[in-house]
Parts: sequence; structure tokens; C-alpha cells
Amino acid sequence: MIFDWAVVQYAAPLLAHGVVMTLQVSAVAAVLGLAVGLAAGLASLSNSAVLRGLVRFYVEFIRGTPLLIQIFLVFFALPVVGIRLPEFWAGVVALALNAGAYIAEVVRGTVGSIEKGQSEAALSIGMTRHSTLLWVLLPQAWRPMLPALTNDLITLTKNSSLLSVISVYELTRAGQAIIATHFAPFEIFLLLALYYWALISALAWASRRIERALPSW
Amino acid sequence: MLQACGLTKRFGPRIVLEDVDLAVHEGETVVIIGASGSGKTTLLRCLNRLETPEAGLVRIGDVTLGQRTDGRPADEAELARQRRLFGFVFQRFNLFPHLTATENVALGPRRVLGMMRAQAEARAVHELTRLGLAQHVDKRPSQLSGGQQQRVAIARALAMDPRVILFDEPTSALDPELVQEVLDAMRALAAEGMTMVVVTHEMRFARSVAHRAVFMADGRVIEQAPPDALFGAPRDERLRRFLRHLEPHRDS
Repeated sequence: MIFDWAVVQYAAPLLAHGVVMTLQVSAVAAVLGLAVGLAAGLASLSNSAVLRGLVRFYVEFIRGTPLLIQIFLVFFALPVVGIRLPEFWAGVVALALNAGAYIAEVVRGTVGSIEKGQSEAALSIGMTRHSTLLWVLLPQAWRPMLPALTNDLITLTKNSSLLSVISVYELTRAGQAIIATHFAPFEIFLLLALYYWALISALAWASRRIERALPSW
Repeated sequence: MLQACGLTKRFGPRIVLEDVDLAVHEGETVVIIGASGSGKTTLLRCLNRLETPEAGLVRIGDVTLGQRTDGRPADEAELARQRRLFGFVFQRFNLFPHLTATENVALGPRRVLGMMRAQAEARAVHELTRLGLAQHVDKRPSQLSGGQQQRVAIARALAMDPRVILFDEPTSALDPELVQEVLDAMRALAAEGMTMVVVTHEMRFARSVAHRAVFMADGRVIEQAPPDALFGAPRDERLRRFLRHLEPHRDS
């Protein structure tokens, strides 16, 4: 088998554009997903059975269906109810909703595992459950949450490759375009893999730095 | 001032508190003694509703815990307001590990009473200084000894201006050499006229500080009297047995 270096040289800078889009879509989806996940996670710890039920349903639905289907649902089903999103935003919403469900579980698990004495102490000085969550439990949960959150964000970034199916011109889509014109699938897919790997490694490294920088006690 | 009537609490099939009455007067220090499993801690936790009793009422001043003035059940915010009337000091301190001593004490004034940060922290430093912790105000709990941590916890309770402070075995988790500093702090509080209910095994403290000692067994109040009478002339056989058990450690 012949490895076509010329195509690699040609493709490498072109794919860099795709990397930028992958980073953009992942970053926006990550911020949104963290917000959704945090809100849903806290809601699942609230007093309200209705709220807990809604979160339960949301998490079960996301966990029980393939991301690919979720992307198509956001892209094709939302217009039916009158919401038309451009590909980029449809992709962001799908990824964020997907990651949000997993992040909600991380938040619920970590905050819920903080020793019971902490919330009792907060109750004993007259704090409500709400302010206990906000000022006592959540601040203690960040650090133990970080490794699991990193996993979810890594998964989100890798999942962004599925957005190629709705023509978001991210890394994978950019690679497919080159394959279509130059027919060098092995070279290009290998290159794609290396790009993703580099991206994810950078993400993991950043997460370790953040974890070290977070205060411990 | 504080009154509990007919408190009953079950954990599953086990009755841990059975029809307990307790009255505490303004400025009084009441010590609760009894073997482990006798319901002392549960009684304390039912007083400020960390546990919800199955039956019985707790009244403090003209407030009935868990009820609004019109007799309907209190919602969460109302219950939180009612809990503020009690300070609670835990056996294992339960300080907030991510906050400094000052922030631990200031959290309630800030987030519950709505004080400004500077004002709340000034209040906190005042309470900490009063408990001899002036040099430690900026330390995290992990940098403090057990005795210091427990004094921070007492300061945290005091900063909310409670009507009564409940102490749940405040010295049981401490190394022996650290017990005295906490007892001294409590003694000073009692001398200032703070109303206190103390679950403890410290008989010397009970004798020298408490106005009244209450002996519990099997989820009931068995006997109560001024400490000298209770310890000097115990009537109930279970109390006599309990006191004999403590004899080797007891100060005469």
C-alpha cells in the first residue's frame, strides 16, 4: 500500500479550519451543556417532585437514545414546531443537551455524596436547602467533580464529529470533503484521528492544571 | 421558654423516643445523660427539627416548631426561620471545610440574616475573639485542632443570636487534652446566662455547671433533678447502674 504524503501535506492546513470549527462548536456546547447540566443536577436535588421527575425523564431519554438520532431530532424536528436553527446552532443545542444529561448525573452524584453533617450544619444556622446547595455543598463539589466533568467534555468534543451529518463544517466534515475529491481515505482518516487526539490531550492537560489550581482543604 | 411535650420518634420499627417531655427555662443549663442509644441525641435533634418527630410538640417562646402562627404546617422557609432560634453544636463540629474560621461564622449572618460582608465578618471576628480564637480567624478548619474547631462551631452558633444552644456530645470527638478548652468556653457561656441543653458524658461539667440533669434510658426521661441530687441520690436502678459504670472516671 502506498501512503500518499502529498495529500497529507495538502490536507493538513485545510483540516486546521475544521479544527477551529470543532473547537468553536465544542466550546459553545460545553458552556451550554455545563449550564444545563448544573441546573438539571441541582433540580434533581431539589424538594420538588415535579422538577425531579422532569430531570429524570430528560436524563433517561438522553441516555436511552443515540446521539445521532438526537442530532437529527434537533435538526429536523424542531423546524416542524417552528424553530429553525442554522446547522451550527442545531449542532450546539444537540451536543449541549446530550452532555447536559450526563453532567446532571455527575452534579447530582457529587453534591449528593457530600457528608450529611454539612447540610445539617447549614440547616442548624437557619439556611434553606436552596442556599445550602449554593453556599455549602456546591463549593465543596467542584474539585471532586472535575475528573468526571472532564470525561464528559472530552466525550462532547469527540461527539462533535457526528455533526458532520448535518453539514456542520467541522473537522470530520472537512476531512470527508477532501476524501471526496482526492480519494485518500486512509491518509485523511489517520490525520483526523491525530488531530482529535491532539485536541483531547490538550483538553485533558488543561483539566489537570485546573484541578491542581482549585483550592483544596 | 423551651418546651417539648410528648415527643415520639421511630426509626423503622424501633422507638428511639417515647413520649418525652422537657422544659427549659431562660438562662438555664440542662444536661442530658444516659447510655448510648438512650435517645439523648435524637431528643436534641428533634428539638430543632433536624429530625421530625412522629408525635409531640416543641415550643420556644410563642413559636411552635413546624407550625405557623395560624396552626397550619410551616413551609421550608418558615421552618428555617424557626430553626434560627436554636444554635446547634455537633459532636464532629461539622465546620464548612472550604471556608476560613471567620467565613464559617459569618456565613449565617450573611446568607440568612442578609448582613453585608464586612459587617458579618466583623461580627464573626467578635465571636471568635470572645472564644479565644483571635489568632486563628483566617485559618481553615483543617489547620485547627479539634478543640479550636469546636470553639469555631460554638462561635458559628452564637453569631445567629440563638435563644438556646443545643450541644450534642461536644467533647466526645476530642482528644482528652483538648476537652477542657471547650468545656471552659461552655462554662463561660452558661455563666453569661445563655440557655443551654447539653448532651454529655462529662460528669464533672454536669455537676459544676448544670442547673438540672436529666437521665434518659430507652427513649424516655427517667429522672431529673439538680445534678447534686441526681448524682448523689439516684432513685432509679438504671441510673444507679449507669453512674456505677462511670465511677472509675468520675471526679469526687
